[in-house]
Amino acid sequence: MGINIAFWVLAVLAATGALAVVSARSLFRTALGLVLCFLSIAGLFFTLSADFLGIVQVLIYVGAIAVLLIMAIMLTRDVEKGNLPSTLKIPALVSGLAFAGLSVWVMLNTSWQVSSEAPTTPTASTLGNLLFDQGGLVLGVEIAAMLLLAALIGAISAAREK
Amino acid sequence: MSTAFLLPATIAPDWPGNFWWHLLIMTVLLIAVLMISVIMFIWLERRVIARFQARVGPNRAGPFGLLQSFADVIKILTKEDIIPALADKPLFWIAPAMAFVPVLMILAVIPLSDGLQLADINVGVVYISAVSAITAIGIFMSGMSSNNKYSLIGAMREIAQLISFEIPMLLALAGLVMASSSMSISGVIGAQTIPFALTQPLAFVVFVIALLAEINRTPFDLVEADSELTAGFNTEYSGMKFAVLYLTEYSEAVVGSILISTFFLGGWRGPFLPGIIWLVIKMLASFFVILWIRSTIPRFRIDQSMKLAWKTLLPLAMFNLFIMAVKTVFAPGLTNWVAVPVYLAITAVIIIYWARFMRPGRQSVGI
Repeated sequence: MGINIAFWVLAVLAATGALAVVSARSLFRTALGLVLCFLSIAGLFFTLSADFLGIVQVLIYVGAIAVLLIMAIMLTRDVEKGNLPSTLKIPALVSGLAFAGLSVWVMLNTSWQVSSEAPTTPTASTLGNLLFDQGGLVLGVEIAAMLLLAALIGAISAAREK
Repeated sequence: MSTAFLLPATIAPDWPGNFWWHLLIMTVLLIAVLMISVIMFIWLERRVIARFQARVGPNRAGPFGLLQSFADVIKILTKEDIIPALADKPLFWIAPAMAFVPVLMILAVIPLSDGLQLADINVGVVYISAVSAITAIGIFMSGMSSNNKYSLIGAMREIAQLISFEIPMLLALAGLVMASSSMSISGVIGAQTIPFALTQPLAFVVFVIALLAEINRTPFDLVEADSELTAGFNTEYSGMKFAVLYLTEYSEAVVGSILISTFFLGGWRGPFLPGIIWLVIKMLASFFVILWIRSTIPRFRIDQSMKLAWKTLLPLAMFNLFIMAVKTVFAPGLTNWVAVPVYLAITAVIIIYWARFMRPGRQSVGI
């Protein structure tokens, strides 16, 4: 019961935030709409017993990505009316509706596998073992880390003044 | 149920009506503790800074001037509340609350005494760093929506500082998590038979400096540098909304000193006295050091502050993480008093050696 109420409140908030991202004229408001959306999704993670995922969602998406976005907005011109209205309203509406219909159809026609096991309550240690233990996904984690590092160094060397 | 991770494992069953009474009583208690500490800290700061500068400080209202802060609160709340005509009004209204609420949320996972905490989240350390970033967004909102160039510059500096100092802070905390093999705050405190300030002095130094930058205390108070930006992000604020922003600033100082004492000085642990008394003693000591730094070191420029974060604190935090990783793998049991001088010596050598690269005036660094 309580979980249902929480779900609907968070879902409406997330949708409001997402709508604000595309409809607000001021770039700054769109960034804040994105923050609202991320926070509500973190809340949804909490209601699904994914406590670690929820907190990491706040840490990375709100604390890092949204903050970096805001930093980038500070460096752009015309913040007040920077989010230009699109000239392709009708095609956007049609393709948006088509995509929404398609995803609803897929969701309704998939037989979802629901695990009968109870959720593990402290998820952090389970996730940590899966990622970093021997026989876990440690190779993938390391490769991803190396990729990110290479991208970072590449970005720095591309942007550096000669 | 899915909210089970919010339940504190130790006390919830003992309370009548378990969870809800616990939630209500602890929330009221935490807000009361925060408000009283903020009012006392404002008085303390003014008196201590006055002492450092060979002045007297506020000493007229009540004994030792103790009632000065109450008088200031009444004064500030009766001021006219002005909103600039060209401000972004909804954001201008929300911003103070957006800045203040996360500070209050951090307190929810801090044990004030053995088991006296609102929620013992098993990822408390990550939670604290996640939530503390939201305050910066609130401060940024207040600066951006004021439609004032000084506010805007202050807000931009806030974001730049947050991005830079969040990383060394998290890395310093990672060493802590590694040593205590737990991410919950009570686990971190439980691992401190010797306070982490002694077994991880490098992390302690990095954490305190990064914390000063995150809560915008004086060597890093570029956000509201009053000689350059009038009052930075809160230039346009007045009345009740200014009071909330001011409250945020001092709550950050209170919570910051609580965090220093919880993570590195052993929290409520200590002989003879009850836990809460020990926490208050450690809080006051940490806050005194913060004030000491404030009255000693002049404000950094933004490029100096960035340079400190990226070129000094980040490598030092990495060193600490590396030392802790080596220690955890090769000598897991090595946390007795004999090892403390070794840790201190390693820290001193690393800091002195690293400082040789960081001489001022060697080269100009743009950001």
